[in-house]
Amino acid sequence: MRVLMAMSGGVDSSVAAAELIAAGHDVVGVTMRLWGGESDTGCCSVSDVEDARRVAQQLGIDHVVFNFTEDFNRHVVDPYVDAHRIGVTPNPCIECNRHLKFERLSERARVLGFEAVATGHHARIIHLDDGTPRLARAHDRAKDQSYVLYTCDRDELDRTLFPVGSMTKDVVREKAVALGLRTATKPDSQDVCFISRQGGRESFLGNRIPLRRARVVGTDGQPEGEVESVELVTLGQRRGLGGPGGGPKKFVVDIKRDGEEATVVVGPREMLMTQFEVIDNIVWPVGQPDEVMGAGLAVMVQCSAHGETAPATLQINEGRLHLNWFEPHLRVSPGQSVVFYDPTDTYVVGGGIVSASRTQ
Amino acid sequence: MERFARDSFANPTGSHRASREARQAIDESRDQIASLLGVLPGEIIFTSGGTESDNTVVFGAVRRTGGVAVTSNAEHHAVLHPVEHVNGIVVPVDAGGVIDLAALEEVLRQTPNVAVVSVMAVNNETGVVTDMKSVSRVVREHAPKAIIHSDAVQAAPWMDLAPITAVVDSISLSAHKFGGPKGVGILWLRQGISVEPLMFGGGQERERRSGTHNVAGIVGTAAALVETRAEMDTVVRRVGVMRDRLVDTVTATVGGIHEVAPRSSRVPGSAHVCVEGVENEALLFLLDQANVCASAASACASGAMEPSHVLHAMGVDRNLARGALRMTLGHTTADADIDVAISALTESITHLRRS
Repeated sequence: MRVLMAMSGGVDSSVAAAELIAAGHDVVGVTMRLWGGESDTGCCSVSDVEDARRVAQQLGIDHVVFNFTEDFNRHVVDPYVDAHRIGVTPNPCIECNRHLKFERLSERARVLGFEAVATGHHARIIHLDDGTPRLARAHDRAKDQSYVLYTCDRDELDRTLFPVGSMTKDVVREKAVALGLRTATKPDSQDVCFISRQGGRESFLGNRIPLRRARVVGTDGQPEGEVESVELVTLGQRRGLGGPGGGPKKFVVDIKRDGEEATVVVGPREMLMTQFEVIDNIVWPVGQPDEVMGAGLAVMVQCSAHGETAPATLQINEGRLHLNWFEPHLRVSPGQSVVFYDPTDTYVVGGGIVSASRTQ
Repeated sequence: MERFARDSFANPTGSHRASREARQAIDESRDQIASLLGVLPGEIIFTSGGTESDNTVVFGAVRRTGGVAVTSNAEHHAVLHPVEHVNGIVVPVDAGGVIDLAALEEVLRQTPNVAVVSVMAVNNETGVVTDMKSVSRVVREHAPKAIIHSDAVQAAPWMDLAPITAVVDSISLSAHKFGGPKGVGILWLRQGISVEPLMFGGGQERERRSGTHNVAGIVGTAAALVETRAEMDTVVRRVGVMRDRLVDTVTATVGGIHEVAPRSSRVPGSAHVCVEGVENEALLFLLDQANVCASAASACASGAMEPSHVLHAMGVDRNLARGALRMTLGHTTADADIDVAISALTESITHLRRS
C-alpha cells in the first residue's frame, strides 16, 4: 500500500515508519510545519524537522515538508485564543489532530494518490463484528491517545494506520534503539507546541488579548485575594489564587463575568460535585446510537488527555445531549472535550465539548 | 579548478613557491572576471556567496556612515533582511515587480542621510528585470552620497553586466547561478567607495574580506563566467524559445495559467507561472515524483515552502499566489527536458484540479 507517514521527529513516528517499511508498504515521510512562531516545546521546531528528515534518510524513504501554518492558525491557535477570551478551557491538541493531521493531511494524501495516512499515535483501529471500524485504546493504556483522536470519522478510520498502537512504549524505544534511530531516547512531547516554556500561556495570550485582573471571593462574597488574569483561571483550579495560606483547601467553583468586571468564586471541593453535564459539538464517528434518543446509552467517560474514566449515561433532553454521571463527579471545565467509550472502556463511541450553559 | 581542489594545497597568502602558484591562479581569475564586468581587478572581492556580498554592502555602508539603507519589498532576503535589521526603509514595487521610482524618489527626498540604495537587477522568483540606469538616475539626483548596490545574482547568466557596473557602485554575484561551484561569491565595489568589512582577520582581499581564499572555487568561478559570457547570446536565444514553448503549451492544454509579468520584462530562463485552482505544495510533490525539479517561492529553515513575499509585494491575488510555480531553465536545458516538463505539468495540474 502507498502510505503517507506523518513524522513529527519523535520516537513513535520514527518507529511507525520503520514498521510500515518492514511490512512492505511504499512509504513517503511528511513533516507538517504547523506553528510559524517561536517555540521551545513540543513539536514543529526546526530540529524536530531535522530529526524526521534524518530518520527518513536512514530508513531510505523520501521525506517532504508541508507548510500548514495558515490552517494551524485558523483551526488551532485562533480558537485557542478566542476560548480564553470568553473564559472556556480549550483543547488545542484535539483541534490540531482533527483539522490538521486528519482533515488537511488526509485530504492532501488522497489527492496525491496515497491509500492511507499513518501517524505515530498510540491508538488502534479495530473492527466490530458488523465490520464497522472503531477507534480503540492503545495496547499501552498509560500512553493511550484515543482521547485526542475521538473526532476521527469512519472515512478517516478507513484510511488511517497507527503502526505503534499495539506496542508498549518500551517496545517502541527498544525497536528504535535496535534500528539505531537518532530519536530513540528523545523525550515525549508534553506541552502545547506553540506556547514557549519561557513565556508561558500568560505572555502568549497577553500579546493577543487583554488580560484582566479579577477579585477572588468566597461563597459568602468576602474577598479572598486577586488574580492577575481571569482568562487563565480554570474551573476546579486550586493554586495561584492569591489567597492566604493555611485553612481548608479552596477551589475555583465559579467564574463570573459581568462586562469588564470579573470575579472568581472559591469554595470547598464539594461545591464542584455534579450529577450531570451538557455536551455541545457532539461527534459520533460512525453515527448516533439509537439509545441516546431513548432510555439512554451507557458509556465510560474520559474528561482529559490522561484522566480516569467514569461511568455515565447519555441522553438527548430537549434537543441537548445530557451526560448523567452514575456517581457525583467533579465538574468539567466548559470547553473541555469529553470522550465516550463503550461500557468495556475499549473503543470510542463519540465525544463532545462541555457546554458553558448548563441549563435548558 | 580540479587541480586546486585535489593536488595544490598551498595557502595563496604564503611566501613560498606553492603559495605563489595559488596566488597566481587567484590573480588570473580576478583579471578575467574584472574584464567581463568592465571593471578594475582591484575592485573585485571574493566572498562565500551572494548573501555575504549583499550583507557586506548593506551592513558595511550603514556602519561606515551611520546612514540609512533603502531597498524594495521584492528583494531577495539576502538584502531585505539585512536592511530590515538595520531599520532601513523598504520601498514598494509596482504591479510589474519593478521598484516604484516615484516612491523611491520621495523616500530619498525625505531622508537626508541615505547610506546605500540596493535594488536587484533581476528578481530571483519572477525573473523581472529592473532598468538599473533609471534607478541610478533617481539616486544620483536625490541622494548623491548614497552607494548604489545591485544584487545581480540572477542577471549573470542572461545579460552583459558591464552596462550595470557602469551605472551603479557595487554588485553581488553568486558562482553557482552561472555554472560555477556553490559557496563562492563576488562583490564588486567601485574604486573609491569603501564599506566596513564583515570579516576581520588576516586582511585578505585588501582588508575588505579576511579569510583564506577558496582557491579551487575562485578558479572555477572565473572559468564558469568566461564560458557563460562566451555562450550567452546563443543560450539566451535557445532558452527563450524553450521557455515560450513550455509556458505556451501548458497554457493551451490546461488553461488557467497566469504570468505575473510580461515575458518581455523577464529573463529568458524564468518560466514563473501561477496555476489557478492548484496548491503549489501538492503540485511540487507530483512534479518531484515525475523527476521534474521546480520550486514555488523560497523555503524556510524547516524546508517548508513559504508564501512568496515577491508576489505579495506585486499585489498578486493571495489565492492565485498559492498556485505559484517557479521553473527555471538554464544553459543545460534541452528540448527533451521541456517535453518531460510539459507532460508532467499538464498531467499533474489536470489531476489536482479533478481531485
